[in-house]
Amino acid sequence: MPEWLDIASSTDLLQTSPRLTVPIAFSALGGVIAERGGIYNVGLEGMMLSGAFGGALGSFLTGNPMAGVLLGIAFGASGGAVLAFLSIRLNVNQIVCGIAINLVAGGLTAFLARLAFGMDGTTKALPGFSPIAIPGLSSIPLIGPVFFDQDPLVYALYLIVPLVYWLLYRSAWGLEIRATGENPAAADSAGVPVYWVRFCCVLASGGLAGLGGAYIVLSQVFVFTEHMSAGKGFIALAAVILGRWDPLWAVVASLFFGFCDALQLRLQFANPTVPYQIFIALPYVASILALVGLYGRVKPPAAVGLPYRRETKI
Amino acid sequence: MGVVFATRTLWAVVLALLVGSVLFLIAGANPLLAYRALFGEAFLDYFGFGATLVKFSPIVLAGLAVAIPLRAGLFNVGAEGQIYLGALFCTMAALYLPEFYWPLHMAVCIAAAMLGGALWAAIAGLLKAYRGINEVIVTLLLNYVGMNIVSYAASGPMMEEGAPYPYSPEIPFSLFMPSIMPPTDAHAGALFGIGLALILAFCLKYTTFGFALVTVGHNPQAARYAGINVRRQIVVSMMLGGALAGLAGGLEVVGVKYRLFQSFSPGYGFDGIVVAFMAAANPILVVVAALFFAGLRSGAQFMQRAVGVDSTVVDAIQGLIVMFVAASLSIRFSDSRWGRMLAQRRSMEDLLPARGKQNGEKQNA
Repeated sequence: MPEWLDIASSTDLLQTSPRLTVPIAFSALGGVIAERGGIYNVGLEGMMLSGAFGGALGSFLTGNPMAGVLLGIAFGASGGAVLAFLSIRLNVNQIVCGIAINLVAGGLTAFLARLAFGMDGTTKALPGFSPIAIPGLSSIPLIGPVFFDQDPLVYALYLIVPLVYWLLYRSAWGLEIRATGENPAAADSAGVPVYWVRFCCVLASGGLAGLGGAYIVLSQVFVFTEHMSAGKGFIALAAVILGRWDPLWAVVASLFFGFCDALQLRLQFANPTVPYQIFIALPYVASILALVGLYGRVKPPAAVGLPYRRETKI
Repeated sequence: MGVVFATRTLWAVVLALLVGSVLFLIAGANPLLAYRALFGEAFLDYFGFGATLVKFSPIVLAGLAVAIPLRAGLFNVGAEGQIYLGALFCTMAALYLPEFYWPLHMAVCIAAAMLGGALWAAIAGLLKAYRGINEVIVTLLLNYVGMNIVSYAASGPMMEEGAPYPYSPEIPFSLFMPSIMPPTDAHAGALFGIGLALILAFCLKYTTFGFALVTVGHNPQAARYAGINVRRQIVVSMMLGGALAGLAGGLEVVGVKYRLFQSFSPGYGFDGIVVAFMAAANPILVVVAALFFAGLRSGAQFMQRAVGVDSTVVDAIQGLIVMFVAASLSIRFSDSRWGRMLAQRRSMEDLLPARGKQNGEKQNA
């Protein structure tokens, strides 16, 4: 058995996996909500980065990580607001909007970080969250420390996942969201405020991505660096696909991505003979194979990516 | 139509630059001086223009790589990955083939680069044509697979012995692309970009191949009735785009880096999306837009030194330009060629099998 698979190190591996999963999971949930409402959010990457910057700024200015979380969500959501305005009001192509948001966010956060934190754009260690063990649950062997000795934002994720599930599948809003994503014209004639629903979805999507970004700063690395989202937003997009546009499966897919990430980090340090790139690329390959294999059975929301215009039928 | 399009884009760029000047004011710099430093260095200085051309070469090819599939109604978001595969194939041809008559060897390297990109894009093209899978998602995902393949190659089998970080050995000196503006780094690759843009513009307008491609983009139903093989056009246009992006990657190897580096592209493929979009997928306008973007990128460093404003502002301004151009074009959306292309892309979706019912039909047949 290769040494990187042995039991002692695998608990450690399992423990790092959720931490790497959380930012992807938040953003993937955001992606699911946006796409269910009919808007591609290719700007997840930029919104995560904005959230990371907001998290750093809030924590830096007030010394309180909660302020960082709130500012991170606000920054992410403002990215969502831009996407919503361009794609819903002006009917700009959603992919182009998303790419523009990624570009602006990359430049603007790097620029503002230098204004706020000094010339090299990085901070000293910021006040952040530390793990809180939940009494009782955390002493369960193996899964206890993995799931119940984490920081508050992880517990927030545990609450948000069922919340999003309930929102999409058990609430009247969820029905409106899904109807808007499948057939906006029909939803509109049934009295659903299509533009408003889409706007809220994209705003929530941005807020969740921002929260994911804030998590990276406030619970993982405690500093802000330029372009620190480093493709996690695109991974989240892949998680949306692999999770078949379902919040629960999207989180499971994020967990798979987080595990692959933890594994490749381990391999980079411990075992240079196994090419770690396999594990970085694995989630993307899996997503493509999932598309090939599942596309007939599970399809994306029918209206995703298409601008909706009330007065005309294209 | 083209005139309206160009002027509208121009106004949007001006507006974006105006909004961008707010960023300079925030940073406490005079925007006029900053822009003069930026564009003066990028276009009016001999060495600066050389640096602009170095960046122009990959950006224009990546722009064409996005623009050509776009004319057939396809979104190629994967130019970045295709650039990586092109560079990989090119380096392999340069390093592992025995050295022979150099112009021929150079041609083989360039052909290998185009092949690498084309094969990578073919995956997305085939999946789109025969399974109806969204090419945007597939090309986006393939970017990361491509980057990691190169990362593996550069840090594993192809890595130079004793190298401090992952890169391959240097390619033979005879394969270095000659400079067109000595002593600057500007290499002949820029001419490839311009030449190919002219050829492609001609092909799209005057050849049956171009006509078939554009017809598929305009109206796939009509194209099918006219006897055009829509599926083949999809695959071919994607592969053509991939070949152009692959060429961009190959030229980076033979023109600038002279070896294969891990993560050598600073996102040229994504710049290509922006450029193709600004140019409304018109190959000639792609050249103009690419020159402008290359100038922004190359002048940024100089501006930072001259005016003391951080070069990251330029990234933000690029994003603003995209947003303003996008917004300006969407006013009276359906009239623009862009709007028409997108509307027709939808009719292609309806034509292809994959979703629900049609899949069932195929299984029955």
